[in-house]
Amino acid sequence: METIGTLIIAKYNYWAVVVLIAIGLYAMIAKKNLVKKIIGMNIFQTAIILFYVSIGAKRGATLPIIEHGHGESTHMVHAADYINPLPHVLMLTAIVVSVATLGVALALAMRIYFHYGTLEEDEIQKKIIGDEPDKIDSSG
Amino acid sequence: MIWQLDLIILLMVVICGIAAISIRDLLGAAIMFGAYSFMMCLLWSIMGAVDVSFTEASVGAGVSTVFFVAAVFRTTRRTRD
Amino acid sequence: MKRLGLIAIIIFGGLLFSITFELPDLGDASSPASTHVSPYYIEHTLEDTSVPNVVTAILADYRGYDTLFETAVIFSAGLACFFLLRIPERKAPKARFYRHLTTGLTLRIEKGGRIPEESKEFERIDSAWVPNDVIINMTCRLVVPFVQLFALYVIAHGHHSPGGGFQGGVIFGAAIILFAISNNLRSTTRRLSEKSSALLGSGGVIIYLGTGLLCILLGAGFLNYSGLSVFPGLDPVSARSYGILIVEIGVGIAVTAVMVWIYYNLASAGTQEEGL
Repeated sequence: METIGTLIIAKYNYWAVVVLIAIGLYAMIAKKNLVKKIIGMNIFQTAIILFYVSIGAKRGATLPIIEHGHGESTHMVHAADYINPLPHVLMLTAIVVSVATLGVALALAMRIYFHYGTLEEDEIQKKIIGDEPDKIDSSG
Repeated sequence: MIWQLDLIILLMVVICGIAAISIRDLLGAAIMFGAYSFMMCLLWSIMGAVDVSFTEASVGAGVSTVFFVAAVFRTTRRTRD
Repeated sequence: MKRLGLIAIIIFGGLLFSITFELPDLGDASSPASTHVSPYYIEHTLEDTSVPNVVTAILADYRGYDTLFETAVIFSAGLACFFLLRIPERKAPKARFYRHLTTGLTLRIEKGGRIPEESKEFERIDSAWVPNDVIINMTCRLVVPFVQLFALYVIAHGHHSPGGGFQGGVIFGAAIILFAISNNLRSTTRRLSEKSSALLGSGGVIIYLGTGLLCILLGAGFLNYSGLSVFPGLDPVSARSYGILIVEIGVGIAVTAVMVWIYYNLASAGTQEEGL
């Protein structure tokens, strides 16, 4: 019982990452609405970011801003006292890029809506086939 | 890190994520996605990633929600799933 | 499709779940990710760059190439939105709507007729019904300058506290977007036009790139800010600190402009006439 408790405390963040990845991937595969697919993509992205941040966490350490770093006084800095800053840097840029890609994805969805009049994937497919009736046989 | 607090917020994150993809209204889904982003930002600030959570609070909960609402406003709220 | 997707997700999730047992424990200080390069960053940031916030120092100095090209990615995303949505020729809308300011009457003018924009008596409103809400207008007008000031503080104080170019830029952009939501898109584009937001976006990237090239001209490597120490009053350590500040300002300008630009195109569906 004791070992199960320590196992849960040691791994629960990774399990949450797995659940969130599953939610995002399910939305991207099974949902037919394009905006729902984009929301799923963003949930997937945040799950990956959560994974990186969990890897960088350290028990008993503080924020990666060096204490008494202002002024002239110099003292020894121990790496074990500060959380690993490298995953934070990588993910910080990833978040801002994710909002830029979100803008592009929404722009694409809007173009599709203006052309086909709907955001549902199956209705768009019907309209594509309806536009070109001779393509029905070749597309199966 | 306080793991009890962590677990509660993780639960909220998962609930918000499921709600965001299952609401049958795109405007509601966009707002739920904003709530999801904000919960995620709380989680990261508990885990000590202050810069990341600052970015997520301004980007995920702020600007991307506005983008979603703008796109839904210009297209349609209707969704079948 | 739904059932197939669910089966695929369960198999995939099970595989990921089994992998989690191999990963290092949460908060383990001796995990591989925390033992290779990150101790160097934590222990040497202060003596190399005199920046207490390690994240800022790594972002703009140690991994400057990464951030440079991320900024370029953001700018090209704004460009992609522009090319996807912007409608090049200005088609006149079917009808324009004006509100008489003193009486609140709404006027509908058809067939391209218009009242001059600088008219004191009439104000153009969007064709989607917009209530004349004085409280929201005035509250947002009052809040916007403080949000912008906070954004500048976040950029300038990123060396010593959480923050930096990305966060400050997004907050500055969000302030302008707030103004556009609470008033209307036309009065926002009069203050920050589409052309100037595009120029600012590329200008931010050019500031970043120019800092790197200046370092080459001064005899150091690309983006090695210690080359800036030829300027009077700077030693190599503080030169790196100032280099980080210049780069963060460039990133902030680029991010602000691109956020506003994407918002203009998304909210008006490319016409830049009527917004959210």
